[in-house]
Amino acid sequence: MSKVLMKGNEAIAEAAVRAGCLNYFAYPITPQTEVAEYLAKRLPEVGGVFLQGESEVAVSYMIFGASACGERVLTTSSSPGVSLMSEGISYITAAECPAVFVNIMRGGPGLGGILPSQADYFQSTKGGGHGDYRLLCMAPASVQEAVEMVMQAFGLAEKYRNPVMILGDGLIGQMMEPVEFPEKFKAKPSNKDDWATNGMDTRKSNKRNLVKTLYLNPEELNAHNLKLKAKYDRMEREETRFESYNMEGDYTALIVSYGTMSRVCRTAIDILKADGLEVGMLRPQSLFPFPVKAIYEAAAKQSCEVVFSIEMSMGQMMEDVERSVCGLRPVHWYGKCGGEVPTPEEVMDVVRSIVK
Amino acid sequence: MGKTFKRPEALADTTTHYCPGCTHGVAHRLVAEVIDELGIRGRTVGIAPVGCAVLMYNYFTFDFQEAAHGRAPAMATGIKRVRPDLVVFTYQGDGDLASIGLSEIVHAANRGEKFTTIFINNAVYGMTGGQMAPTTMPEQRTTTSPFGRKTEFTGMPIKVAELLAALTTPGYITRQTLISPKYINRSKKAIKKAFQYQLENRCFSLVELISTCPTNWGMTPIDALKWAEDKMLPYFKLGDYKLPEEN
Repeated sequence: MSKVLMKGNEAIAEAAVRAGCLNYFAYPITPQTEVAEYLAKRLPEVGGVFLQGESEVAVSYMIFGASACGERVLTTSSSPGVSLMSEGISYITAAECPAVFVNIMRGGPGLGGILPSQADYFQSTKGGGHGDYRLLCMAPASVQEAVEMVMQAFGLAEKYRNPVMILGDGLIGQMMEPVEFPEKFKAKPSNKDDWATNGMDTRKSNKRNLVKTLYLNPEELNAHNLKLKAKYDRMEREETRFESYNMEGDYTALIVSYGTMSRVCRTAIDILKADGLEVGMLRPQSLFPFPVKAIYEAAAKQSCEVVFSIEMSMGQMMEDVERSVCGLRPVHWYGKCGGEVPTPEEVMDVVRSIVK
Repeated sequence: MGKTFKRPEALADTTTHYCPGCTHGVAHRLVAEVIDELGIRGRTVGIAPVGCAVLMYNYFTFDFQEAAHGRAPAMATGIKRVRPDLVVFTYQGDGDLASIGLSEIVHAANRGEKFTTIFINNAVYGMTGGQMAPTTMPEQRTTTSPFGRKTEFTGMPIKVAELLAALTTPGYITRQTLISPKYINRSKKAIKKAFQYQLENRCFSLVELISTCPTNWGMTPIDALKWAEDKMLPYFKLGDYKLPEEN
C-alpha cells in the first residue's frame, strides 16, 4: 500500500477505523480536535457512531457503557480533558472493560497552554483517577508509530480487558508525516459472551451478565485488586516495549527519552557522535509497563558513566528512570514544560556539561 | 382458579436490603412487571445508580451495568448509540440525577436519547444517611440542614419533570407517585408507556416517582406516606409534563 501524507490527529482517527473501531465519543479540546472533526465525517461513511458528548466526564461514561455492552470504542482528548475523564477511567478499569483513549498532551497544570508537552506522564502511568489501577500506556514518536499503536491498542485492550492509553505530545497530533495503515494490525474479533452486557438473548447460556465496580466485602475487594494486579504483572512481562539507539558499541552516557523529545535527542546523539562523544538512547515505547530491566542493563554497561532523563515534564519520568537505574549511575534530568521542545543544541549542552 | 399474583420473571427470588416502608421495592416490582409484559427481558440492560439502589441488580434477572454517581444517562447513551436494539433504562435517585448528574440527564434528554429513566424522588440522600438533596422541601430537616432547609441559602427544590419538559426536543416526561395503590397503578402505566416509547424508537422518557424514605425522614412508613402527600405533592404536582405527540 502506498503512503499518504497525513496530520497526526487525522491519521490517528483513520487508524481507529482501519483497526475496526466504529464507535467514537468525544468532546472538543485543543490540540486534538481534528480527530473529532475527521471522524464526524468519516464514521457515517462506514456506518459508525460519532457522538459529541456534553463534557469529558460524560464522554468517559459513554465509552464505559458502550464498551460494557461489548463494542469497540475510542475517545481522544488532551490533558485537562483527560483529567475529567479520569473518574470514568478508574471505573472502566475496575469493571475490566476494554477501551482506547488517546491523550494528545498540552502544557499544564490547570489550563496550562495548548503547545506540546509530556506533563501527563504521572496521570497516565501512575493513576490520574482513584484506586489501584494501571493503564497500558503507549507513547508514539512519529505519526506512523501513532497509527500502529492505535491500531494495536484495540486488540490489547480486549486481551487484557483494560483501557489502553496512547500518549502523544501535541506535536504528534499536529505534524504531518507520510503514513500507511498496515492490514496486519486490524483488530481480531474476540468473544465477549462471558462478561458483556449485550442482552441475555445474544448468548447461549441463560446467564445474565453484570458490569460493576462495587465490592462491599473487604475480602472480595482485595481479591478483585489482586486479580487486577495479576493483569498488570502480565502486561509487564508481555507488553514492555522500547527501542535502542546508538547502543551497539560503548557509550559514555545514556539518554532515556520518549515521544517527540526522543527525536530531538537522536539528532543530538548524531552530532555528539561526529564530535567523538558516544551517547546511547533507550526510548520507552510503553510507559506502563516501563522498561525497567532494559534501562538497568543499559546503565550497567561498563562504559556508561551517567544517565539522563530528558522529557517535556519536570522530572516525572526521571522517577521511573531512577527506579530502574537503582543508584548504579547518577541520573540527571533535563526538560522544558512551557510548550517549547528543547533543541538538539540544548540537549548537547546538557550532556557536555556533565560528561567532560 | 389459577395463580393470579406471582413474582415477575424479571424480579429475582431474594430478599432486598431496603428499609421497611421504603418504596424502592414497589418501583422495582413495577419495572419488572412491565419488562415481563413487554417480553423484553432478554434484550434489556439496566443501569444501577449510586445510592440506595446501587445493588438493585441483585433483585433483577437480566443484564445490568453499575454507574458512577450521576453518570447513568451517559452510560445509557453509550449503549443505545452502539446497540440501538437493546432496551436500556436508568434508575436514579434525586441526589444522583438532580445534583451530581444534572448535566448528564439534561443533555441525554435534549439529545432525545432513546432510553428510559426511572427517577426516584424522595427528597433526601438515602444511602449516605439522610443529607439534603436538591429536591429537599423548604424547612425539611436533614442531617445537613439540621435547622430545616433554608431556601434563601439553598434555593428551592428542583422540579426535574418541569425542567426537562422545558426542552424543545420531543420526549415523554411524567411525574407519578408510589404513595397509594391508585397512584401505583398509574405509575405502572407511565412506566409501561415510557418503555413503549423506547421500543418504538420514539423519544427519551422519564418517569419521576414521588417516593418515601421513612428511615431518613425519621417517620413511620404510614406517616411518611402522609408527609409525602401533604408536603411533596402540592409542590411536585403529578401529571404528564411532556408527550412526544405534542411536538
